[in-house]
Amino acid sequence: MFEPVLLRNVDVPDGHLLSTYEAGGGYRALRKALGEYTPDEIVELVKESNLRGRGGAGFPTGMKWSFVPKAAGKPKYLCCNADEGEPGTFKDRIIMERDPHQLIEGLAVSAYAIGAETAYVYIRGEYVTAIRRMEQAIAEAHENGYLGIGILGSGFNFMVHIHRGAGAYICGEETAMLESLEGKRAQPRLKPPFPAVAGLYASPTVINNVETLACVPHIVMRGSAWFRGIGPDRSPGPKLYCLSGQVRKPGLYELPMGISLRELVEEHAGGPLPGRKVKAVIPGGVSAPVIPEGELEVGMDFDSLTAAGSMLGSAGVVVIDDSTCMVKLATRIIEFFHHESCGKCTPCREGLDWTVKVLRRIEAGEGETGDLEQLEMLCKGIFGNTFCALGDGAAMGLRAALKHFRAEFVAHIEERRCPFH
Amino acid sequence: MTMREEIEAAAARYPDRRSAIMPALMIAQKEHGHLPGPVLEEVAQILGVERVWVYELATFYTLFHTEPIGRFHLQLCDNVSCMLCGSEALLTHLETTLGIRKGETTPDGAFTLSTVECLGACEMAPVMQVGDDYHGNLDAARLDALLESFR
Ligand SMILES: NC(=O)C1=CN([C@@H]2O[C@H](COP(=O)(O)OP(=O)(O)OC[C@H]3O[C@@H](n4cnc5c(N)ncnc54)[C@H](O)[C@@H]3O)[C@@H](O)[C@H]2O)C=CC1
Ligand SMILES: Cc1cc2nc3c(=O)[nH]c(=O)nc-3n(C[C@H](O)[C@H](O)[C@H](O)COP(=O)(O)O)c2cc1C
Ligand code: SF4
Ligand code: FES
Repeated sequence: MFEPVLLRNVDVPDGHLLSTYEAGGGYRALRKALGEYTPDEIVELVKESNLRGRGGAGFPTGMKWSFVPKAAGKPKYLCCNADEGEPGTFKDRIIMERDPHQLIEGLAVSAYAIGAETAYVYIRGEYVTAIRRMEQAIAEAHENGYLGIGILGSGFNFMVHIHRGAGAYICGEETAMLESLEGKRAQPRLKPPFPAVAGLYASPTVINNVETLACVPHIVMRGSAWFRGIGPDRSPGPKLYCLSGQVRKPGLYELPMGISLRELVEEHAGGPLPGRKVKAVIPGGVSAPVIPEGELEVGMDFDSLTAAGSMLGSAGVVVIDDSTCMVKLATRIIEFFHHESCGKCTPCREGLDWTVKVLRRIEAGEGETGDLEQLEMLCKGIFGNTFCALGDGAAMGLRAALKHFRAEFVAHIEERRCPFH
Repeated sequence: MTMREEIEAAAARYPDRRSAIMPALMIAQKEHGHLPGPVLEEVAQILGVERVWVYELATFYTLFHTEPIGRFHLQLCDNVSCMLCGSEALLTHLETTLGIRKGETTPDGAFTLSTVECLGACEMAPVMQVGDDYHGNLDAARLDALLESFR
């Protein structure tokens, strides 16, 4: 049996209170980090663990931290990406609502490692409960010396502030998030320079996802070898999987990285609803290309999913059964990206506008010969030509739907109606 | 705390007052229900920032309302996981029950009906946010009971 680490507190009554967190061994990692390690040693430890970013891109966390310039001078910032906008994803919300101190401890250890005295936690505006719990937890941590000036009697000062988002998916893209934190419209910045070198207020800034930061105290307590021993060596660790859609037991599951998608869906999440069959699964939020039922053996880790033509992304696993029209699903996904496009670059802004039009007419039974070719052309025009990964995600997803479920698209055009109605 | 004091407290969290525009708009919207021009002017004046910066944010982010909305803002998620769990039928049900289309407000000003993108609570799909609260695992009967509790 795999022992949950990240979720060990979420079902404990009053898991969000400091007393509960301390009773379960909370803040021992912070004490250990400050007492026994130099900041560089923490960076080394995290590097050795092979922890990769849980926000979706899977960039090695220790390596990202090591890009922060050592020189004093400009302040350094830590930003926690708690914008969680990817449809199908709800893991960060649950951590913040039910175990906020785990995140705060992760923030403190990580900030110590990179030499940041201030952190901003950017939480999407809809997450009112999570925001309240985090505020309460920050206040409690302050009163007990885990945050503030000279924390736990060390020379390390550290403050955490919450920045509430206001409803824009693009704020989850890290440089758009920085713009938003600076009080501007959230539109992505050009990279490089990467935020680690020039980020918030042009200062060195590390941006990490909630789950990434939550892993850090456990690595300090249990060691990098423990972490690396779970799942594939190049993509290891305990992992949160968000199961939703047409499945018996939707919910948040903590299991090793690399577990097969089939085992996740059929065994842990109970398989399809009674009388239905799984048709396809989106493995990593709607930005991740859909995987047809026949290919569910794939391992849920960064490298295996990329090799399979999809991606782990946010590990938002959306199960789709045989009652669902894939044209309708693809249309809804592209409508989402179209709605959330920030408008900065033409391929995404205009390309998605056209793509939505073509998809809607196919769905309505008014598709024309050549529409599928047109969609492919639009994907080609978008993919690789956009300023940020939003456009790419949209194009990759649609390409996969066209590839694996072409027959459904063709049927809509030829029969001039939706075969599912 | 007055609105001005709350905004000042928010501004103290950042090295640059421009960063406080978003929190200030949240505070102002809580106070006034929505964000008409004069309120935006006041926010700009309190923070001492360009008015255009404040307008720009008030119109970019979907959680800011420059027009009045109903006392209960029904925000039904119609993104993928909720769609797969039947949100479309719930939208129709709400439209018929309330006698308005999505995007509209009932004539008595009680309800505004909107559809929203994923609320990040797909494990309890279909989900609707009303004010600060999430309501999940909805069906027509639960929706009716919920609406009744607001009246
Ligand atoms: N969790 C969610 O709700 C969502 C997640 N995503 C995920 O976001 C991913 C794309 O994210 P991006 O930030 O555009 O990916 P990216 O690959 O550009 O960057 C990933 C991280 O590594 C850092 N990085 C990369 N190269 C670097 C270098 N040479 N020096 C210093 N730092 C470096 C970046 O600053 C960033 O923090 C997608 O794979 C998708 O899965 C997308 C939408 C929503
Ligand atoms: C359009 C878009 C939206 C994103 N949304 C999120 C998000 O909601 N949460 C998140 O952690 N990362 C999101 N990301 C990824 C971030 O840009 C960044 O890679 C991540 O926060 C880095 O943290 P990590 O290394 O801990 O994963 C998004 C990326 C893109 C392109
Ligand atoms: S790809 Fe889309 S979301 Fe990203 S910068 Fe361009 S227009 Fe904005
Ligand atoms: S799709 Fe509705 S809450 Fe996520």
